[in-house]
Amino acid sequence: MPTETSLHELSAWRAAEMLRMGEISALELTRALLDRIAELEPKIHAYLTVTADTALAEAKHADALLAQARRDGADIAPLLGVPMTVKDVISTEGTVTTAGSRILEGFVPVYSATVIERLHAAGAHLLGKTNPDEFAMGSSTENSGYGVTYNPWDLTRVPGGSSGGSAAAMTADQGVFALGTDTGGSVRQPASFTNTVGLRPSYGRVSRWGVIAFASSLDQVGPMTKDVRDAALILNLIAGRDARDSTTVDLAVPDFVAGLGDVGGASLPLHGLRVGVPREYFVEGMAAGVESTTRAAIAHLESLGATVREVSLPHTEYALPTYYILAPAEASANLARYDGVKYGLRANVPGDVWDVTRATRGRGFGPEVKRRIMLGTYALSAGYYDAYYVKAQKARTLIKRDFDRAFDEVDVLVSATSPTPPFRVGAMIDDPLQMYLADVLTLAQPLAGIPAITLPAGFSDGLPVGMQIMARAFDEAKMLRVAYVYEQTTGWHKRKPMLNGAPAHSS
Amino acid sequence: MSLTRAQVAHIAELARLDLTEPEIERMTEQLSAILDYAERLNQLDTDAIPPTFGVIPNQNVMRPDIVTPSLTRDQVLQNAPDTDPNREFLRVRAILEE
Repeated sequence: MPTETSLHELSAWRAAEMLRMGEISALELTRALLDRIAELEPKIHAYLTVTADTALAEAKHADALLAQARRDGADIAPLLGVPMTVKDVISTEGTVTTAGSRILEGFVPVYSATVIERLHAAGAHLLGKTNPDEFAMGSSTENSGYGVTYNPWDLTRVPGGSSGGSAAAMTADQGVFALGTDTGGSVRQPASFTNTVGLRPSYGRVSRWGVIAFASSLDQVGPMTKDVRDAALILNLIAGRDARDSTTVDLAVPDFVAGLGDVGGASLPLHGLRVGVPREYFVEGMAAGVESTTRAAIAHLESLGATVREVSLPHTEYALPTYYILAPAEASANLARYDGVKYGLRANVPGDVWDVTRATRGRGFGPEVKRRIMLGTYALSAGYYDAYYVKAQKARTLIKRDFDRAFDEVDVLVSATSPTPPFRVGAMIDDPLQMYLADVLTLAQPLAGIPAITLPAGFSDGLPVGMQIMARAFDEAKMLRVAYVYEQTTGWHKRKPMLNGAPAHSS
Repeated sequence: MSLTRAQVAHIAELARLDLTEPEIERMTEQLSAILDYAERLNQLDTDAIPPTFGVIPNQNVMRPDIVTPSLTRDQVLQNAPDTDPNREFLRVRAILEE
């Protein structure tokens, strides 16, 4: 049993287990996390809102329910008493939700996202809302309207983005588990930058009801966790058809935790697994330490019994231009709703209703959001629609076919998650195209609708490197199994950043 | 493919977005660079390729036409920047000429 001081290190599955057994209380767990947040936030700034009062009240309530359930021998909800950390683009009823934008400053949702309702029903309570790039547009969390989040592994570097706050909170043990959103890598790239686990589900697996929309043919909500078992557990709880999101698919949701299986004593736990390594994913400009770490991780999979072969995804280089046409096009439509009428900022300038609308949007949106609205508006405008938007949708077909063909030959694909380790704050903020290139390995999967997970795979000059595992659409179970075996036979996820000049507890 | 300042101003008008002069200047340069990069899509022969607008097979998802509770007026107006004094309506700048 851990001591009081290590409560903040617990994963969700382990915390839930200890809560059920009565080994810890929800109140002491929540208190430990609030203490940790208070201690580290001045350095990291992972959170925009910490819901301390309601979290403590709900923890007390959970303790009462736990005690009663233990007395009665009743079933206990799987996350009863476990706090959750939520990216601020996901609506939480009664708690300010800004999407990192000044245009939504002070906005209090009147309903919660389906994913939040489901986690509440599973017994979890809200700990706080984390800093994103504004409207989830970015790869560094520098585009937030509320300040930068710093990478706990090196406070001069970014935590990635756009779910950088959730990722930083996980690696710094300022939470138990987190939710992020991933449109072009926004769960996976920050997880890889922080030595944590991030899972992007198949498109259609998880409801987006109540999630502030960026690019609706791409957006997905995903778990951001301290280990692979938690990613499976949280996916179990949030996945499945939702009548309020017609893009969710009516497919049975397997038990992803049960699907992890055992690593046990089997010397070749991945025997029979066919791993494909897409040669195009060793991109030009990839950091040497990322390449060597990725190759070592692949060799490790082979040593566990997997058959590794090189495959080709020939249209990989077109994923970036395709994405940066389609995502801004969809964003320009989705963000048309911010007009200062029903909610959010209104600039009360003189003039007519259009003057107010233009001024509201000009003041409320930050530079990257404006850039994407402009890019998307252009790509959809008369005379350019076929040349850009339709062309990109056709390129998307080719990108998807690459994956279809690859998965005829292999079970999973493996690559690095990001071509570089975390970069320095400010390094790319004035060069949007360079910043977009940071996403080059995480854009094709959303375009094709397939799931992918990133997990800790080692370090390059002391900075975390993540490995990405991709699977066929709706085959999250397979990639989770591979990730779990890799994690349990390497243990990279147990490494924690040095904070306060001393290494955090590392086991 | 390079955008002109006038094109950028036109797009900003389509997007109902006030941009300052320095913003328009910066945007002209940055959007041109991004669009130049996107030009590489023209290397692809896509004449015979259908577009993929969505990746899931769901089409025309139907549900029973049953009335369910919706947001209350108070909830709808809770985040409004301006309402009438009785909090019955959203209030905006006049959109019709007298």
